[in-house]
Amino acid sequence: MSLTQTVPAGAASGISPLGILAKASVLLVTAIVLYAAWSVYLIGQPLFGLFLVIVALFFFFIYGFRRYYFARFIYPGAAAVLLFIAFPIIYTIYLGFTNYSSQNLLSYERAKEVILSGQIIDQASKRPFALVDEGGGSYRIFLPEGEAGYLTGPLALDGSSVTLTAEPVDTPPAETMAMRDAIKFREALGVVGIAMPDGTELKSAGLREFASVEPEYTLLDGDRMRDNATGDILGPDQSQGYYVKPDGTLLPPGWRVNIGWANFNRIFTSAGIRAPMLGIFIWTVIFAAGSVGLTFALGLVLASILQWEHLRFKAIYRVLLILPYAVPAFISILVFRGLFNQNFGEINLILETLFGIRPEWFTNGFLARTMILIVNVWLGYPYMMLLAMGFLQAVPVEQKKAAVLEGASAFRVFFTITLPQILPPFLPLLLASFAFNFNNIVLILLLTQGGPDIPGTIIPAGQTDILGSFTFRMAFQDSAQQFGLAGAITLIIFLIVTIIAYANFVAMRRAANKGASQ
Amino acid sequence: MIVEDRRSLTMKKLAAHGFLIVFLIIIMFPFLMVVSISFRQGNFTIGSLIPERPTLEHWYLAFGLDYTRPDGTVIEPPYPVMLWMFNSIKIALISSLGCLVIATISAYALSRIRFRGRGAFLDSLFVIQMFPTTLALIALYAVFDAMGDLSPIIGIDSHVSLVIIYLSWVTLHIWTLKGYFDSIDPAMDKAAAIDGATPWQTFRHVFLPLAVPMMAVVFVLIFIAVINDYPIASILLRNENNLTLATGSRLYLNEFRYLWGDFAAAAILSGVPITAVFLIAQRYLVSGLSEGSVKG
Repeated sequence: MSLTQTVPAGAASGISPLGILAKASVLLVTAIVLYAAWSVYLIGQPLFGLFLVIVALFFFFIYGFRRYYFARFIYPGAAAVLLFIAFPIIYTIYLGFTNYSSQNLLSYERAKEVILSGQIIDQASKRPFALVDEGGGSYRIFLPEGEAGYLTGPLALDGSSVTLTAEPVDTPPAETMAMRDAIKFREALGVVGIAMPDGTELKSAGLREFASVEPEYTLLDGDRMRDNATGDILGPDQSQGYYVKPDGTLLPPGWRVNIGWANFNRIFTSAGIRAPMLGIFIWTVIFAAGSVGLTFALGLVLASILQWEHLRFKAIYRVLLILPYAVPAFISILVFRGLFNQNFGEINLILETLFGIRPEWFTNGFLARTMILIVNVWLGYPYMMLLAMGFLQAVPVEQKKAAVLEGASAFRVFFTITLPQILPPFLPLLLASFAFNFNNIVLILLLTQGGPDIPGTIIPAGQTDILGSFTFRMAFQDSAQQFGLAGAITLIIFLIVTIIAYANFVAMRRAANKGASQ
Repeated sequence: MIVEDRRSLTMKKLAAHGFLIVFLIIIMFPFLMVVSISFRQGNFTIGSLIPERPTLEHWYLAFGLDYTRPDGTVIEPPYPVMLWMFNSIKIALISSLGCLVIATISAYALSRIRFRGRGAFLDSLFVIQMFPTTLALIALYAVFDAMGDLSPIIGIDSHVSLVIIYLSWVTLHIWTLKGYFDSIDPAMDKAAAIDGATPWQTFRHVFLPLAVPMMAVVFVLIFIAVINDYPIASILLRNENNLTLATGSRLYLNEFRYLWGDFAAAAILSGVPITAVFLIAQRYLVSGLSEGSVKG
């Protein structure tokens, strides 16, 4: 069947006003996306710009030419996937090769600007000031010097940036404003400059004083700069993303540069990162495998019971049993967070009344991990139960009946007939569930936030942290915002997920082929 | 199973019901507790599990109303729960509508139009949907942080940015819908093609009406997934009034401001509607999921 051949009949209508309008709008949209790509490039996101260019070109050819008619249906989905799944994953991994963090957040140009805008106050030139209220919203600044002083021209103090000329006066003004009234104009005074008769310019330097303010650094030849206080010459180090002082210390803020495999070196060689990473990786696997195994076992048992022909009230049991799946997970997890609370939680209240114990669910690593598994089984078993109920129906009753007639016990029937038949179609779903739990950061972030902390680590790492939550905290919750390092770990997670995804793909193909051949 | 002893059958039935009931009591414990906590005085667990002097204080606060205690002190709502709920529903509605449009059109093409690379495209969609959003978070943050310089509408702390990201969740649903379209008789579109319909017209007038039930299910699925999203919303949203339910609710159980009772009422208020929608949709959902995924 080939629908594409029938296309020209319905649509090759030559040049119509509608056709021109359509062509024009295709051009317009392409132009807008290309312009967006250019703007994105200008703000320092060349990779995203490139992806936008690709999206724009595909848009132009697919909607501009009838040849690619079929692709018009797929384009929106493909573009969304390309821009917001493929690009971000590639870009995150790319960031793993940079030093992007809260210390190295800016571009080189911006970092240079920030450093050059730094100013130092010349302590020797500090002199106190007083405000003179002339009435009608007009003020003057008086800078006393001995018996006499300097008085500036009138100013409005409305926050506008002005430079006033100060003239020497023999006698101080009759009345100056009290300090606490003058403080109210602190912000407006901050943008006022005073040109003194000797040519120096004074700026506000604290609450009570004006002083001459000089730039901390002066740009020498485009890249290097001089430290005006010490006379040192600083050069930019593009391999580290910092200006470096002669003694080797780094001058913040830094900028984003490619640092190659440095992040990976840190992960694999720094003991303060490698040791907790290994522990976290092992726990992630245990957590994911444990969750899948326990939920699968529990779901299968429940599904088998619900499937039993002699059981009444099936519908009620079914609805009640899937309730944990139906309630939004973020609510259930937070509810458990409250119930498990060591001091005010209801679970410890009951345990204390019954057995006199108060387990430390959040400060003892083993108990915290146990709690995570309990909660995840509670959250996850209904999904497995629902799937198992579907697959159990596909198992032929005759085979089971025959086995029972031969004298097989119910357990024997289950393990030799039912399980081998439902496992192959179940496998892709179990793998998907493993992949999901491998990255189930919502559970960890909302329940324990990774805690309790592993002692002696460079980067905050917790005993219940899985790789995903560890990375998330490193990038977004920790004050250092180490995007680069987090990106490097993301590449590791990416590789693991790729393996699982491939295994899942193969398992799924097999299940599909089997289903087709039956 | 076939020839069962009457007595042992009764015993088995009792055992099955007994097991299910005990299990259900354990499973239901958190729900029952939350209801009880929402009517209990104060925000700390002191005394019995069943409230001795029930109060509506937490419920007033959850609805965004001031509550006057008997001693005259007025308690103000700690967080704008209703606003969060509105944000969540608004974002989820727009995202699921957008996703549904994209997914339906793509699924139709993948099911009906034969073109080169179709199989490869389907396979790559399947592989891509396996990769969790967690992997993309850092880049999403970096990109939207930078785009905020162009316009705050597509920057951090904007609902538009969030909707744009959620639109990329179509992959799984393209699969689900494609599975459903595959089950529609090809004679239908052949008939339409003979009558001179373009693929678009076939889609619009033949497939769309047939697909409405399945589309409703997919819509609900995306809607619930968006409402439940925590990681993306938590890195993109900042301002308290911009938060969604999933990101806002966790503020209640802050170590320094522990509002257990207020949380309980807010959790029920926001959880019940979503749960109800889910329960209504779940019957179709499971069949849709297995159909969509097993047929390759």
